[in-house]
Amino acid sequence: MSGLEVHGLSKAFGGLRAVAGVSLTAEPGRVLGLFGPNGAGKTTVFNLIAGALRPDKGRVLLDGHDITRLPAYRRAQRGLARTFQVVKPLNELTVMDNVMVPLAHQRLRRLLPLHRYRTPAREQRARALLEQVGLLEQADAPAGALPLGMKKRLEVARALALEPKVLLLDEPLAGLSLQDARLVLDVVHAAREAAAVVLIEHNVRLAMAACDRAVVMEAGAVIAAGVPDEVKRDPKVITAYLGKEGADA
Amino acid sequence: MYYLTLATLLLIYATLALSLNLITGLAGQVTLGHAAFFGIGAYVLAFLIAHGVDFWLALAAAGAAAGATGLALGAISLRLREDFLAIATIAINFVVVALFLYLPFFGGAFGMSDIAGPFGALGTLLSTAVLFLLALALHESVRASDLGLALIALRESEQAAEALGVNVKRFKVTAFSLGTAMAGVAGGLYAAYVGVIHPHDFGFPLSVTLLAMVAIGGMGTLWGPVLGAVVLGGFAQAFAFIHNYQAVLFGLLLALVMRYRPQGLLGRRA
Repeated sequence: MSGLEVHGLSKAFGGLRAVAGVSLTAEPGRVLGLFGPNGAGKTTVFNLIAGALRPDKGRVLLDGHDITRLPAYRRAQRGLARTFQVVKPLNELTVMDNVMVPLAHQRLRRLLPLHRYRTPAREQRARALLEQVGLLEQADAPAGALPLGMKKRLEVARALALEPKVLLLDEPLAGLSLQDARLVLDVVHAAREAAAVVLIEHNVRLAMAACDRAVVMEAGAVIAAGVPDEVKRDPKVITAYLGKEGADA
Repeated sequence: MYYLTLATLLLIYATLALSLNLITGLAGQVTLGHAAFFGIGAYVLAFLIAHGVDFWLALAAAGAAAGATGLALGAISLRLREDFLAIATIAINFVVVALFLYLPFFGGAFGMSDIAGPFGALGTLLSTAVLFLLALALHESVRASDLGLALIALRESEQAAEALGVNVKRFKVTAFSLGTAMAGVAGGLYAAYVGVIHPHDFGFPLSVTLLAMVAIGGMGTLWGPVLGAVVLGGFAQAFAFIHNYQAVLFGLLLALVMRYRPQGLLGRRA
């Protein structure tokens, strides 16, 4: 099938089972929400899918191809894009050049890629992406100088530059103003035209509304999956997560 | 004659600083063993010339040998980061100097002499100038290329670069082999120019000086390393009479730059 399939993914750090037998699927045109309290293993699942970590067990399939053994950069080249929970801007590069890096990935397969990286076609593409996330005015600013909200949007623009088939967004709304959050959600909405989107988000109310399906994790395992409205009412979920948040509020 | 000598030396230093800048300035891999590759180039050329090999062939071999050794260092760098990598490169420098000392055909502590280059003093100056211009051109084409973008990306964040489709391991190794090959060619020209080489010409102190040139001039820039080479190389000549205390001067200069202009004389910081 097209999109992302994850079967029985497990990862332990020493004695700690961070992820225990997680399976999920994400289809193109849909947004899958991945929820769960802190430490549930959501980001570890992303790291396993994206190839930043090797799983102890389980398989990851992209458009039906097993990519479990591919290094992270090959997965990115094949259209598996991600953003980071803790933003990782390429500080000393301009905002525009940050987007140029993923646009260069085809050429980077050559042994000595000595072509100029700034081409009119790439600049045009980069500008379009920056406009989409509202960063066109900042194109020539060094990425390190941006405030957090803009860095988060830059991460989204960079991920989109890979023309992803699967887009993994790790808390893209955290720390954003409501206005910025809406902008990012619009971009996510537009991106799912071409990609299967998986979204980790703490702002459950905002994110549940943007999701077509939701998966809830606790202690490394999936405890509920389904359409958001059902999942929200699942008693296990309420105790594990929503209930706790209700108590905090 | 003195100015000819000085200009030739400064051009060689500037080429070396540019070659180091590819590795440390662009790709962000700190190495304190760059002099070893300069030395490998010098010794390979001297050895081949002594065995009757054509000069240009020997010069190409000097670059290739240094680049191949640099490839091995690049492979080591994949497992080590920052300060650990720096320490490993120091060790490599000492090992290479020890090999120059103890391999019988390299002449031991006496080094190798009577290395006959094909040109006179003026010809040597011209050929080092050509090498320097080639190094400038290569440095600039790398910096403006997909390769340069990939190197800067992995310097800024390996994780982000990898997630954006950059093969971090391969490009680190590429930076090491390009930079060290360039240093090897510079070493070959140096050997042909001075005619006599000793193991300790290529020791750890020169590596430190080269890194200081890049840092003082401005890492990652084009003219920074060149300026650093001229400043420190010129310093070494101007203060030759206090030879034993030069390191103190270098240290002082480095400390002042790091305190008042940490990005280097020509560096810009975000």
